[in-house]
Amino acid sequence: MSESSLPAAHQQRSLQQKRIVPPNPEPVIVIDGVTKRFGDFTAVDDVSLTIDRGELFSLLGGSGCGKTTLLRMLAGFETPTKGRILIDGQDMTDVPPYARPVNMMFQSYALFPHMTVEQNIAFGLKQDGMARDAIRARVAEMLDMVELSALGPRKPHQLSGGQRQRVALARALAKRPKVLLLDEPLGALDKKLRERTQLELVNLQCQLGITFVVVTHDQEEAMTMSDRVAIMNQGRILQVDSPHAMYEFPGTRFVAEFFGSINAFEGTIAEDGLTHAVISCPDLDAPVYVNHSVPGYEGSTVWAALRPEKITLSKQPPADPARNVARGVVEDIVYLGGDSTYLVRLESGRRIRVALQNLTRAAEPEVTWDDAVWVSWRPENVVVLTS
Amino acid sequence: MIARAGQWVTEVLQAGGRRLVIAVPFVWLLLFFLAPFAIVAKISLAEFRVGVPPYTPLFEIVEGAWLHIRATLGNYAYLIDDPLYVAAYLSSVKIAAVSTVFALLIGYPMAYGIARSAQPWRNVLLLAVMLPFWTSFLIRVYAWIGILRSNGLLNNFLLWLGVIDEPLVLLNTDLAVYIGIVYSYLPFMILPLYATLEKMDLSLLEAAQDLGCRPWKAFVTVTLPLSLPGIIAGSMLVFIPAVGEFVIPDLLGGPSTLMIGKVLWSEFFNNRDWPVASAVAIAMLVLLVAPIVFFQRYRMRQDEKAREAAL
Amino acid sequence: MKSVSRSPFLITMLAFGFAFLYLPILLLILYSFNESRLVTVWGGFSVKWYAELFQDAQILGAAKISLTVAAITATLATALGTLAGLVLVRFGRFRGRTLFSGMITAPLVMPEVVTGLSILLLFVALEQLIGWPAGRGVTTITIAHVTFTMAYVAIIVQSRLTQLDGSMEEAAMDLGARPAKAFLLVTLPIIAPALVSGWLLAFTLSLDDLVIASFAAGPDSTTLPMVVFSSVRLGVSPKINALATLLVLGATIIIIGAAWFMHRQDRDRDRAVARAMAEQKDRE
Repeated sequence: MSESSLPAAHQQRSLQQKRIVPPNPEPVIVIDGVTKRFGDFTAVDDVSLTIDRGELFSLLGGSGCGKTTLLRMLAGFETPTKGRILIDGQDMTDVPPYARPVNMMFQSYALFPHMTVEQNIAFGLKQDGMARDAIRARVAEMLDMVELSALGPRKPHQLSGGQRQRVALARALAKRPKVLLLDEPLGALDKKLRERTQLELVNLQCQLGITFVVVTHDQEEAMTMSDRVAIMNQGRILQVDSPHAMYEFPGTRFVAEFFGSINAFEGTIAEDGLTHAVISCPDLDAPVYVNHSVPGYEGSTVWAALRPEKITLSKQPPADPARNVARGVVEDIVYLGGDSTYLVRLESGRRIRVALQNLTRAAEPEVTWDDAVWVSWRPENVVVLTS
Repeated sequence: MIARAGQWVTEVLQAGGRRLVIAVPFVWLLLFFLAPFAIVAKISLAEFRVGVPPYTPLFEIVEGAWLHIRATLGNYAYLIDDPLYVAAYLSSVKIAAVSTVFALLIGYPMAYGIARSAQPWRNVLLLAVMLPFWTSFLIRVYAWIGILRSNGLLNNFLLWLGVIDEPLVLLNTDLAVYIGIVYSYLPFMILPLYATLEKMDLSLLEAAQDLGCRPWKAFVTVTLPLSLPGIIAGSMLVFIPAVGEFVIPDLLGGPSTLMIGKVLWSEFFNNRDWPVASAVAIAMLVLLVAPIVFFQRYRMRQDEKAREAAL
Repeated sequence: MKSVSRSPFLITMLAFGFAFLYLPILLLILYSFNESRLVTVWGGFSVKWYAELFQDAQILGAAKISLTVAAITATLATALGTLAGLVLVRFGRFRGRTLFSGMITAPLVMPEVVTGLSILLLFVALEQLIGWPAGRGVTTITIAHVTFTMAYVAIIVQSRLTQLDGSMEEAAMDLGARPAKAFLLVTLPIIAPALVSGWLLAFTLSLDDLVIASFAAGPDSTTLPMVVFSSVRLGVSPKINALATLLVLGATIIIIGAAWFMHRQDRDRDRAVARAMAEQKDRE
């Protein structure tokens, strides 16, 4: 796999390579066959999941997929209809929220408007009956951590959006919870601030070693921040993997499409070998050759899927014009600065997305609108999906 | 040139239109709401006399040229000297305050229950709170006469139950006045309370619980302080008019029920002593000026908040 | 937080509170159909008090005066109150704004006896000074009622206008409408429900008022509450029960009707939105 062909967001993951992952993963949260129904509606459908200590885990999915309900069950605001939830080895299924060793950072931040920043952060400590001096010291430490030491006496409405977000974070971390639950933690911030805060959150999590469970609808955010991601749809978990595995080895077309963008071509397996396979797709001129084994048997329906950045585009025919190629016309170009997305209309009428890096400052791109082009890809870059 | 002149005319008209829109309600209120208070203040300084009008003029032209001002603080001195008035003021404040507390104790849980109920119910319950407010106040007070009389429905019911052997004296007591005020003004307490409770972000309560509060403590530390504006507004809406209430003490209260609104009424209609009635009114305003200003400031702040939220 | 609404304490309080609010009215209505003159003894079902009510010339005359005053009051108060609400929301700062908004709020909490006395003394003073109003009657009652009810209309209009998106008027002006025209064509139709509730409220308050009317009325202008009051002072009368039932019934029908109408409009709009969204989805 060539590093340079990855999209920009993917490369930011280098942050995680610095992280010290505990050698023996030890589960801190065990979700065991949990179902949640609201009347006739099943919000969470038989979910089982284990989250390890010190992990930054993301629940990713569209609205109404059940990710927030699952998070609220971890916090104790909802009780599962069926199944159990264990936190640090103890059954928490029926424990009320105020008695759980987890804290939550709310999407709206839920800062108490009638209390100062300091009082907000001290709130949870006071409920635990901590000594006054200890509270003061902890609040100062938390304010220092989120770099808001000067703003302690302010009220929430006197803060900017980014500052409020950090107060919410400090308040939720003040009790040193075993798990921090974050509900769309960056949803209310603008794009620039969001990117910076992503890195800050990851750094903080590394430093503290507290397990973070993040709910997000933003796949880029999940990709950038997480050790592992669970993709949810209609109350079920479709796949749990590291961002890298999720991107390069998606299990289904839904996951592949949700986690990045992909071109999927329906076809049948024409040849099924131990080290290679050939798939014929009606929408492509030439057969698709894959240099690994594929799930399924000869004649079964599969999808040959290609990430846009793993396709090359040229005006000249590629070296081997007999396989893994298609001809088409450039229909549209979306300029994104660092790279551009080309929409190529194939001879079959299908459109294919190709992402190319803009490596030079040439005024006129080499390939432009209405050019007749060849698209091609390497056999190891094809993802074969059965559903 | 003509176009520019036309534009000029339009602008003048628009500026004039703006002024007119302000002026019409402004002048009306100045004339019929503010000016009368000046007249009340003036007459409170005059003396009673038999005639039409039943008070002495404040300014008189004596012997052709001298403007003679005849102002007297005698009416106010009379109010202080006669123990009836001081007692009536104190008793009004007491009755209004106690009624306000009871209205709050009944109204708060009701407002809370309505604000936390599911949507179709919430609108129905809210409508049910407002409906009595739209039906005649006089008749709602009158309904209690039939209930509280010695041979009334409540006494009959209690006798039938065997709880009491002979009818209780309920009508024409201070208790009946408390019941009447709480009953009549309960919607005014519930509506502002509901408005603040309904607006409250429920995730604040969840956050409090998440940080270790039991539900009742979350209520005391978060809900109660955040609903304070509603508590204040509701209490003012009950307390201020209750202090000057006339109909309820007149119909439900007894001869020993002293309320300043009743005193003013009888000074004016029975004794026809306009200067003393005016002095009573001015004294009542002085008494209520603090809560009224408080309420005004609250409303203005709410307006500003609403406007900020709308921007 | 769904569990809160099922809290037994809250449900008990709601039940108790609504019983407290409604039981007296329901008993009143029940006993208006009582055959017996003794209000506490049930003597069988009868509508004879209603028949008597409609033969009572004094009550009918007072009702006519009250309805006339209430209708004129409501119309004038809606016009003035709408202007006042508009001034409070859209006119920003001007000299006297604090005084103005004070004069809007004060009548809401001013004790009625004070309002009544003060406006009567104004009428007396005006009569001495310029000879108008000559004596007191329907006109003076109406002026007094407009003054205290326009505050309620202004508050209703104000709260509706603050919710309203100011950019709609700006859009109308951007498209060429003068401010006055933009208000008439865009804002007024949108706040129309608030004007309707304002009118109804002013009508009800005027119809209901005893204290202010007693001060502002003359010998020939006895309103319905004044007749009821003098009759009630003498004790409970089944005829008044019948009148009360009619008044309660009228108010209930109008209010529930208005609420139902507004609810239906909301529902129709929601349905239209849902349909439009479904159609759009189909097209995609």
